Amino acid sequence: MKRIGIDVGGTNTDAAMVDGDTIVATVKVPTSEDVMSGVRTALDAVSDARGPGNGPIDAVMIGTTHFTNAIVERARLERIAVIRIALPSGRSLPPLIDWPDDLRRCVDPMMFMVHGGHEYDGRALVEMRDDEVRDAARAIRDAGITAIAISALFSPLTSQCERRAADLVREILPNARITLSHTLGRIGLLERENVAALNATLQELGRRTVKAFDDALATAGIDAPFFLTQNDGTVALASIAAENPVHCFASGPTNSMRGAAFLTGENDAMVVDVGGTTSDIGCLSGGFPREANNIVHVGGVRTLFRMPDLLPIALGGGTIVDAKTGAIGPRSVGYRITQDSLVFGGETLTTSDIGVAAGLVEMGDHDRVKGLDPAFVSQTLTRLREMVADGFDRMKISAESIPLIAVGGGAFLVSDTVAGASKVIRTENAGTANALGAAMAQVSGEVDQVFSRMSRENAIAEAESAARTNAVAAGAREETLSTLEIEDIPIAYLRDNARRVRVRVIGDIDFGGAG
Amino acid sequence: MTMKRTFLEDDIAPLATGAWILGTGGGGSPYVSALNMRELCRSGHSVEVIDAGDLDDDDLVAVVSGMGAPLVGQERLRDPVLLGRAVTAMEDYLGQSFRAVMNLEIGGGNAFASFLAAAATGKPVVDADAMGRAYPEAQMTSFAIGGLTMYPLSLVDVRDNEVIVTKAASWKWMERISRRVCTEVGSTAATCKAPRTGREVRQWGIHGTVTQAIALGRAVQKARAAHADPIEAVLAHAGGVALFKGKVVDVDRVTSGGFLRGKAYVEGLGDDRGTRLEMGFQNEWAIAMRDGVAIGMTPDLLCLLDTVSGEAIGTETVRYGQRVNLIALPAPQILKTPAGLEAVGPRAFGYDLDYKSVFS
Repeated sequence: MKRIGIDVGGTNTDAAMVDGDTIVATVKVPTSEDVMSGVRTALDAVSDARGPGNGPIDAVMIGTTHFTNAIVERARLERIAVIRIALPSGRSLPPLIDWPDDLRRCVDPMMFMVHGGHEYDGRALVEMRDDEVRDAARAIRDAGITAIAISALFSPLTSQCERRAADLVREILPNARITLSHTLGRIGLLERENVAALNATLQELGRRTVKAFDDALATAGIDAPFFLTQNDGTVALASIAAENPVHCFASGPTNSMRGAAFLTGENDAMVVDVGGTTSDIGCLSGGFPREANNIVHVGGVRTLFRMPDLLPIALGGGTIVDAKTGAIGPRSVGYRITQDSLVFGGETLTTSDIGVAAGLVEMGDHDRVKGLDPAFVSQTLTRLREMVADGFDRMKISAESIPLIAVGGGAFLVSDTVAGASKVIRTENAGTANALGAAMAQVSGEVDQVFSRMSRENAIAEAESAARTNAVAAGAREETLSTLEIEDIPIAYLRDNARRVRVRVIGDIDFGGAG
Repeated sequence: MTMKRTFLEDDIAPLATGAWILGTGGGGSPYVSALNMRELCRSGHSVEVIDAGDLDDDDLVAVVSGMGAPLVGQERLRDPVLLGRAVTAMEDYLGQSFRAVMNLEIGGGNAFASFLAAAATGKPVVDADAMGRAYPEAQMTSFAIGGLTMYPLSLVDVRDNEVIVTKAASWKWMERISRRVCTEVGSTAATCKAPRTGREVRQWGIHGTVTQAIALGRAVQKARAAHADPIEAVLAHAGGVALFKGKVVDVDRVTSGGFLRGKAYVEGLGDDRGTRLEMGFQNEWAIAMRDGVAIGMTPDLLCLLDTVSGEAIGTETVRYGQRVNLIALPAPQILKTPAGLEAVGPRAFGYDLDYKSVFS
C-alpha cells in the first residue's frame, strides 16, 4: 500500500511517500505563487524517489490552506444565500449578523427567515411554511445564486426541516449546491449557521481546487484515489471533501500532530509544531488531536464545529529578535528567512540565528552569528523556551507528566527538558511530519446530539452506533472501526434526563476493490 | 437628585464583561443579548438609565428576566420583542402602566434583559437588580428575602403564548410553577416578575449594579489595553480578594433537580503550588475549598477568571487546562442578613457550614 501525503502550507509544500509503515521519501519545496506548480514539483520529487518498477501509488492525501486563506483574505469567495428556518424565533438576529463587515460585503449574502424548526425535545416549534421556502428559492434563482446555506432551529437534534427545505429548493433550483447546517455544526444556531455559510461561499473554490489537484496528479502520471485531509486528522475522498471545505480549515496543524504520532509511536502526548511564523501546541489523545469544545474564530467569524484544540503562539524559526532589547516577536520574516536572517546573509536577527549561534542547528553561515554576545544568546534562548514551556503547560489536561513531541522546521528551538514533560521527543523527519500525517490519515464518523428519556448507557450506545454509521458512509471499513472519544454532559433545566453526547469513531480507509 | 444618563453602544462590551464576572459562573453567556443590544443601538434605539432614588413611592417597576436553559438559549435566540411583550402583558393584566423596568439579576446575560425590554417599550431602566450577582431560583432574590409579594408573574413565548401566574403560595411555589410552564414552551421564555413599587425598589432593590457592572467591565478592558493584569484591575476596582491561582485539572458535572451541579478541581500554581482547590457549583460557584478547608462561600461572589484575559469562566464552560484565578467580591449587604443567608447561604446549597465571609 503506497501513499503520498502532501501538505500545502503558506511557506512550504511538503510531500512524503509511505509504503506500508515505511517512509520511502520526503521533500520540502517552497509553496509557489500559483500553489499548483509547487505541488507538481513536490509530486515529481517523491515520485522520482520511488524508483522504477515499484508499482503504482494507491492513494494521495492532500492537506491545504487554500480555504482558510480565502476566508482570511476575503478573496475567491462566491455569493451565497442563507435560509434560516426558525421563525417566529430568532427574528431580531438575522443570519451572519456578527460577521466582520468586509467579509459580509465580499460574500454579499441574500438572507431569508422562514417559519419552522424544532424544539430540543423534537416537537415542532411551529409548522414549517413550505411556501416561504419556495418564495426564497425563486428569489435566489432570479438573483443567479446557486450556493445556499440552510439552517434550522435545533437541526443537530432533528434535521427534518433542513432536509425538507433542501428538497423544496432543488425543485426550483436543480443545480443548487446546498449546505445543511446540521451536517457541520453543533448546538448554537448562530455559530452553526456561520459554519454553513462559510462552507457555502467556498463551494466554487472547493470544486476548482480539487480539479487543479486532479490535473496536477494527472500531469505527474498518478492515477489513484485522492483524499483531502480534515480538521480532525482524518481524510475524506476529495470529491466529497470539496463539498465541505470548512472541514479542511485546520488540516495543516492537524496533519503535523498526526505525523508526530506516526513518527514516534506516541498516541497520548503533546505536540509542538514550530513553523516559520508561529508554533501550534496541541494534544494527541489516542493518536488524534483533541477537539476544541469551544468557539473558534475563523477570519473573524465565530464558529463551533469540528476543529482541533490548538494554542498558537507567536514563535517560529523566522521570528524576529530585537538585537538591543532581546524582545522576541511577534513579527517574523516568514518565508524570507533564507534571505533576511543573519546566517543566510540578511540583516535581521531571528530565532534561527539564535539557534545557530547556540549550536542547536546547522544552517547558513555560522560565521555570521559569531559576533553575538554568548550571554545574550543564552538569555534569549531561555526566554523563547519559556514561551514553549508555558504554552505546553496551558494545553496539558492533567498534572501528570506527558511526552512532548517537537516537530516542524523550527523544532530545534524546543529545549530537551520541559517542566511537566516526561520527555521531549524529536524525530528524524520532524520537518515533514505534516506530509507524513496526511499520508497516514484514516476516516472518522462523529455524532454530537442531545438525548433524552433514556439512561446514560443507552444514550452513549445510540450515539456510538450512529457515529459508526457515519464513519462507514465517509469511507471507513466497518471492521476496522474503533471508538476514539466519548463525552457526555448533562443539561441543566431540561427534564427527561437530557444529556449531550459526543462520540467519535475512527477506522481505516476502505479501498474496496482497489485496496 | 436626578441622575439620568443614556446607555450607549459603547457600554455594551463592558456590561457584558462585567455582568459575566458578576455571574459567578452562571447566569448564561451575555453574547446573544449583547448582540441584540448592539443591533438596537445601531437602529437608533436608546435607553435611559435612572437611579432607584428617582422613583416615586407609587411608581410601578417591571422586573424582567429571560428564563430557561442556557443551551436552549443558544438556539432560541433571545428576542427583545418578547421581553417587551412580557412587560405589556403584565400591564394589561394590572390595568396600570410601568414607570420603568429593572433587571432581576445583574449576573450573566440577564444583565441585558432590562435594556432589551426598555428598548422594546420605550421605558427607562432602573440602575438596580434583585441579586447583585446571579442565582438560580426565584426565592434567592432581595425581594424574596424582604418578604415581598411574589405574584403575579407574566411569561410569554415566541408563539404568542402568554401566561399569568395570578397567585402562588410562596416564592418556592412561584419558582416551581413558572419553571414548569417555561419547560412546556421549550425551556426558554421571557418573564416579568411580580411588579414592584418605587418604594419597594428603593428599600429592597440592590442599587447601582448596572453602573457597577459597566465600570467593572471597563476596568478589565482598560487593563487589557494597557497590557496590565486584568485580575488585579478587578480586585482593585471592586474591592475583591485573591483566593487562589492555578490550573483546572478536573470537572465533574451532574444534573439533578433541574440544576447543573458538580465540582471543578484546580491545581495550585505560583504561591498556591502544592495545594488543591475544589469548587462546588449549582449553576453558579457556591463554595471553594482549599485542601479541604472552606476559603470562600456564597453569598460572597466567587468569580473564576481566566488568568490572562480576566474573562469570567462559567460552570458550563470550565474545562481542563484552563489557567484561572479565583477571586471573591463582596456580596450585597442584604444577602448577608439572617433572612438572606437562609435563602442564599451555604446551607441553601446543601453545604452544612456557617457562612464565614472572606471579608470579615
